[in-house]
Amino acid sequence: MTEAAELGSVPENVGAAIVAAVDLKGVTRSYSGHDGGAVHALGPVDLRIEPGSFVCVVGPSGCGKSTLLRLVAGLEMPDEGSMLRYGGPLDGPSHEVGIVFQEHVLFPWITVLENVLLPAEVLALPKASSRERALRLLEMTGLKDFANLRPHMLSGGMKQRAAFCRAMLSDPRLLLLDEPFGALDALTREELSLELSRLWQDLGRTALLITHDIEEALLLGDRILIMSERPGRIRADISIDLPRPRNADTAKLPRFQELKHQVRDIIFNRVKA
Amino acid sequence: MATRSSRLIEHAITVLLYLVILAAWEILTTAFMVPVWILPAPLAILQAAVKWAPELAQSSWVTLRETIGGFLLAIVLSLTMAILIRLNALARKLIYPILLSLQSVPKVAVAPLIILWFGLSEWPKILVVVLVCFFPILVNIVAGLEAVPQTMLDLMRSLGASPHVVFRRLRLPIALPHFFTGCKVAVTFAVIGAVIGEFVAAQDGLGYMILVSTAQSQTPLAFAAIAVLTGLSVALFHGVEFIERRMVDWTP
Repeated sequence: MTEAAELGSVPENVGAAIVAAVDLKGVTRSYSGHDGGAVHALGPVDLRIEPGSFVCVVGPSGCGKSTLLRLVAGLEMPDEGSMLRYGGPLDGPSHEVGIVFQEHVLFPWITVLENVLLPAEVLALPKASSRERALRLLEMTGLKDFANLRPHMLSGGMKQRAAFCRAMLSDPRLLLLDEPFGALDALTREELSLELSRLWQDLGRTALLITHDIEEALLLGDRILIMSERPGRIRADISIDLPRPRNADTAKLPRFQELKHQVRDIIFNRVKA
Repeated sequence: MATRSSRLIEHAITVLLYLVILAAWEILTTAFMVPVWILPAPLAILQAAVKWAPELAQSSWVTLRETIGGFLLAIVLSLTMAILIRLNALARKLIYPILLSLQSVPKVAVAPLIILWFGLSEWPKILVVVLVCFFPILVNIVAGLEAVPQTMLDLMRSLGASPHVVFRRLRLPIALPHFFTGCKVAVTFAVIGAVIGEFVAAQDGLGYMILVSTAQSQTPLAFAAIAVLTGLSVALFHGVEFIERRMVDWTP
């Protein structure tokens, strides 16, 4: 907790008039397909993320959930609809947003620490304090001893931890996670999910996680949004009322299993959402 | 340790193979009484090399100077061009076709013209080397600058990085291994370029030496010069590779 306090924990859901961290209305997105025609990938989607909450999006592959994240990140613009981020127009990338991609995307030619410090360099943040913060983040994620190694010396899980540190360096209010554990083995994945749950609780940020792993979503999220097949729409919005802090034992709770079956039934069309 | 000793054995076998080939060459030329001025035996070549060692060294130095000078100039030129092509769409449209047609002109054909224009100094040879070298380097740098994974571009974009920062921190490092690939191809061409220049008109250099000694039926000396030339080329290649290993130390 002390570490988190130093890193600037923001209790965002304090205050009466809550401005949504993310507010999308009627957002759609199409791509031009191979045959020249448009492929309708997403929407229309309405999405409101309250500050300080952890929202998970699950859905079949190719349902446009990554597109949704790229829109929220400001990496792509919608064809239709309006997008707001903390009350302001969402019209491009912002330093208030940290992204962890599916692949770690660490630059192999610089050290782990230099990778974590990349946002500081790009955003021209003060050097000394950024370095201190980077080292503290690496310590929190158990990577301190690996700070001066090149990324290829690290395991898959460690690389993704480093990518998380990089995303957190600029102290973003909103953390976007695009299947961050997708490329990892099942054990590492579970370990990292729990670790992320703990870190998120300590750091108190708003988070949007894209995943195809229901258990992961249940372990981390306050809400699970279930998307339909392409064009992706939000079919269901389920609150996860599991107690926090969550840990490996959370998965043994009857309520966990109940929620899991509920989500699965919706995804596999066994019930109407 | 096992890999180390097995590598040693590999090296030994390579050396042995060379020795066998040389021995066969020696024996066959003697057995069939091949005239020295057509195909000298290895020992005769060695004798010539020893006898003309000072001249060979002097000529090597000249050729090496032309080769490295032209090679370095080609690097500077192609780097500048590549950056220009990368940064400016109009430059890409204008320069690329010109460079391509320039590359398609046989260098041997233009070498006499270059000598005609620039005289008998070392400069025309350096120019031929530049002409021969710079295209492979350029093509590889341009390809390297484009070879950036979309995910890395997304990352930089999500951080709000300016095109300048993306270029310096992402495109250049990504292009570096490609650049060295181009350099390795180019450096072996460079030696050829220098020799072409010397063949056309020169008073010095290994190419000139080969020309003169063949004309005078001093075939063993010509072979010695060719051997030195080959050694030079191989050494330069390994030199570039050595620098590459030090600068591109992130690819496993």
